[in-house]
Amino acid sequence: MTKKAIFQRLIQIIIVLFGISFLTFGLTYLAPGDPVRAMYAASGAVPNDEVIEATRTAMGLDRPFYIQYFTWLKNILSGDFGVSYSLSQSVLTILASRLWPTLKLALFAMILMLAFSIPLGMLTAVKNGKAIDYIVRFLTFIGISLPSFWIGLILIYIVALKLQLLPVMSTDIGFKKMILPAVTLAISMTATYTRQVRAAVLEELHQDYVIGARTRGLKESAILWKHVFPNSLLPLVTLFGLSFGSLLAGTTVVEVVFSYPGLGNLAVQAVTAMDYPLIQGYVLWIALIYMVINLLVDISYEFMDPRTKARMRS
Amino acid sequence: MTKPASFIKNHRLFSVFAFLALCVILIAIFAPYIVPYDPYTSVKSEAISAPDADHWLGTDKLGRDLFSRIIYGIRTTLRSAFILVSCILVIGSFLGIAAGYFGGKIDTLIMRIADMMIAFPGLVLAIAIAGILGPSLTNAIIAITAVSWPKYARLARSLVLKIKNRDFVAAGRLSGGSTGHMLYRYMLPMTVSTLIITAATDIGKMMLELAALCFLGFGAQPPTPEWGLMMNEGRLYLQTAPWLLIFPGLAMFITVVIFNMLGDSLRDILDPRKQ
Repeated sequence: MTKKAIFQRLIQIIIVLFGISFLTFGLTYLAPGDPVRAMYAASGAVPNDEVIEATRTAMGLDRPFYIQYFTWLKNILSGDFGVSYSLSQSVLTILASRLWPTLKLALFAMILMLAFSIPLGMLTAVKNGKAIDYIVRFLTFIGISLPSFWIGLILIYIVALKLQLLPVMSTDIGFKKMILPAVTLAISMTATYTRQVRAAVLEELHQDYVIGARTRGLKESAILWKHVFPNSLLPLVTLFGLSFGSLLAGTTVVEVVFSYPGLGNLAVQAVTAMDYPLIQGYVLWIALIYMVINLLVDISYEFMDPRTKARMRS
Repeated sequence: MTKPASFIKNHRLFSVFAFLALCVILIAIFAPYIVPYDPYTSVKSEAISAPDADHWLGTDKLGRDLFSRIIYGIRTTLRSAFILVSCILVIGSFLGIAAGYFGGKIDTLIMRIADMMIAFPGLVLAIAIAGILGPSLTNAIIAITAVSWPKYARLARSLVLKIKNRDFVAAGRLSGGSTGHMLYRYMLPMTVSTLIITAATDIGKMMLELAALCFLGFGAQPPTPEWGLMMNEGRLYLQTAPWLLIFPGLAMFITVVIFNMLGDSLRDILDPRKQ
């Protein structure tokens, strides 16, 4: 990517973020619930209507939509995401404390996924049409047809309750706590990614240079790892970036299943409690993380594909 | 050989799964005649009983027959998944065809919004939308539609752009076809089959996404027999009554597999590149 292209992408990210901010703000504005009542209900005491009206004025909720939106936007641009209604803490502090557990879980799941899907995908591509290919493809098909929360709960049932190998619940976010959620996430992702690796490698295997390498008498394993694999990396990295995004979303359900203290669990609590500042902050953060990751993926092409470098030089 | 027989012989995979899908739909339609118990009637004295001869799959916390609820669950799942896929298909295609055909500002506006939605993990926004609108199956459908239409809009637009400048379209316009006529008689027929194939392959995925929202509590509300919701209720009794979780999950799995396979085999039959 040229500097100009990167710059354009950054501009695009900013525009999308504006759009997302408008959308989430508009939605919370139109929402049927009353955040003031929800806030008081969360604190346990429901005051009379006068106090509620006074609070609403103090929070600026009685002003017209566009004024509320621009006030909110101005605050966000200066780093102030507001205060969570239900947790009475700054939204930024809450999000920051939940970010690392979710990223850690997502990375762990990613590593598991890569460790299984790349060898399996290459194996099925090389053994295309053989028994092993059908078996693995059948398994991946099962993987994509199962709801992830069901996989998670069945894992809890078997591993934690029946075999008692791991604790069901624990308060820390240590390694043991992460194993089951990460495996759950990795199962459905491995199923999808294995198919994609298979397709990408299969396409490379049909290229002319593979025939060329074979006629030169190169070993099959050398062709596969030194030539085919590096060439099929490119589409895989794109898909990898995209799957990291769906992973950020996918963690939501899994975090709820395992009561894991991450962003997704927080989002569900925030939505249930009608905690609008928290919902808005969460959506914007996820959007930002997702787009930055995709940008980094696109930039990384340059380091992997000599053809892009050659194009840039010319 | 007669025509249907040769079709079945040539497309065995598709025929098998079309038959299975038909069975699932028939079970949904005739659910009241199949179930041994009413799915809503609770018998407190029989709460949380394990599967036996009377209750084939056991009972839930309110003593409702799980088998009956799962059978009724097919109705909920099929109906909501079909409504959802049709909404996405119609809205996405309409916007995509309009963007491609008219071009200019309409195109820019629609496609920028689509880009915005695609540049974002869908389920996150769907959770926010479903949560903010309030939990109900209808709102869950609205939420998933809101984040899923851009895929179809992009596809429809690219298909329209491919045919827009072909001679027969120009001929249609020159012979006095109105805009509505052009869209309805030229653009729609040329794009609709690809769009419908895509929708067919997406049904299984949409069922899973809806179930996920219901599982989180942002979809169907009790006492609706919906599999995601049933699994959420069942997870509290994981230790004592695992059947409450296992059976709805299996039902979901079987249905999703059937519709995934049906969609895939339909695509294989109709995909021009494979012929």
